[in-house]
Amino acid sequence: MHELGIAQNILEIVQQAVPKEQTAAVRSIRIRVGPLSGVVPDSLEFCFQAMVNETEMQNASLAIEQLPAILTCKKCSYRFQTKDLEFFCQSCGSSDLELVSGKELEVVEIELAEESDQSL
Amino acid sequence: MSVITIERKVLEKNDQVASRNRQLFRDQGIFALNLVSSPGAGKTSLLERSFQELQSSMKIAVIEGDVQTDLDAQRVARYGVPVIQIVTMGGCHLEAGLVEDALGKLNLNGVDLLFIENVGNLVCPAGYDLGEAVKVVILSTTEGDDKPLKYPAMFLNSSVLIVNKVDLMPYVNCDLNVLKGNALRVNPNLKIFETSCFTGAGISEWCEWLRRKDASAK
Repeated sequence: MHELGIAQNILEIVQQAVPKEQTAAVRSIRIRVGPLSGVVPDSLEFCFQAMVNETEMQNASLAIEQLPAILTCKKCSYRFQTKDLEFFCQSCGSSDLELVSGKELEVVEIELAEESDQSL
Repeated sequence: MSVITIERKVLEKNDQVASRNRQLFRDQGIFALNLVSSPGAGKTSLLERSFQELQSSMKIAVIEGDVQTDLDAQRVARYGVPVIQIVTMGGCHLEAGLVEDALGKLNLNGVDLLFIENVGNLVCPAGYDLGEAVKVVILSTTEGDDKPLKYPAMFLNSSVLIVNKVDLMPYVNCDLNVLKGNALRVNPNLKIFETSCFTGAGISEWCEWLRRKDASAK
């Protein structure tokens, strides 16, 4: 249960990227999460909401994009998504694989309301 | 709506501090290990066995991470090994910054081996680089042979697996071949040791490996 610390890191990154006078306009923060990042998306959303509640960023929410784990077989070059995180080639059965993606935990972009729609 | 594109790693701050720690270890010729496992798998017992075998020929230091108490640091200190206890006060893992602070309090002069004993937890410590040369996951036979499949991130991110409490094999529902097969399915590059901190089985192989790795860190 380390999602509170992760949420804190996300908040710090947003505060660094967005000019102070615009933090209240933050509406959505797009996050990329891989299945091997060790982060539980629901838990991260819950922690983030608890953290921004009753602050000037209370209208901000996380948009979490969950990525699949993608592997490439070093023997037969087959590229595939793992089901149930089972690490053997679905084509030739080899376990000599390279993880292409799956460990991601990134802030991708931040959406801000324009001045005219900030009252929404 | 306006959009700010940033593409930043959430844990970049941790990773930056971890790089500083790693550089310090490299500069001082210290072989640093991050020991991870669920609570009670035998991390501290493994340290005690390692001290007995290595202490006469190597200088060892330890950073202990626990949610509460300095009981582990007390166990380590009995061997005369310099130790700093990090108490996370509920935190489920160590972060690079906590390790950096602890390093500032340790006399690292002449240290060959640094063991960082993480908080007992098979999930959260997987994502946090501390700057170690290798992450060592310890799994005891009493936990069952399915754990590598249930907690894949930890086994994927580790380079060594120690299967501990092999002396209890006759009494527990755990097939060693299945356990190792499951671990290698998640990470075929895992170096595996089988130990019992109770009988001492397998400890000399583990310590021989540590000696070799330390020599190559110089």
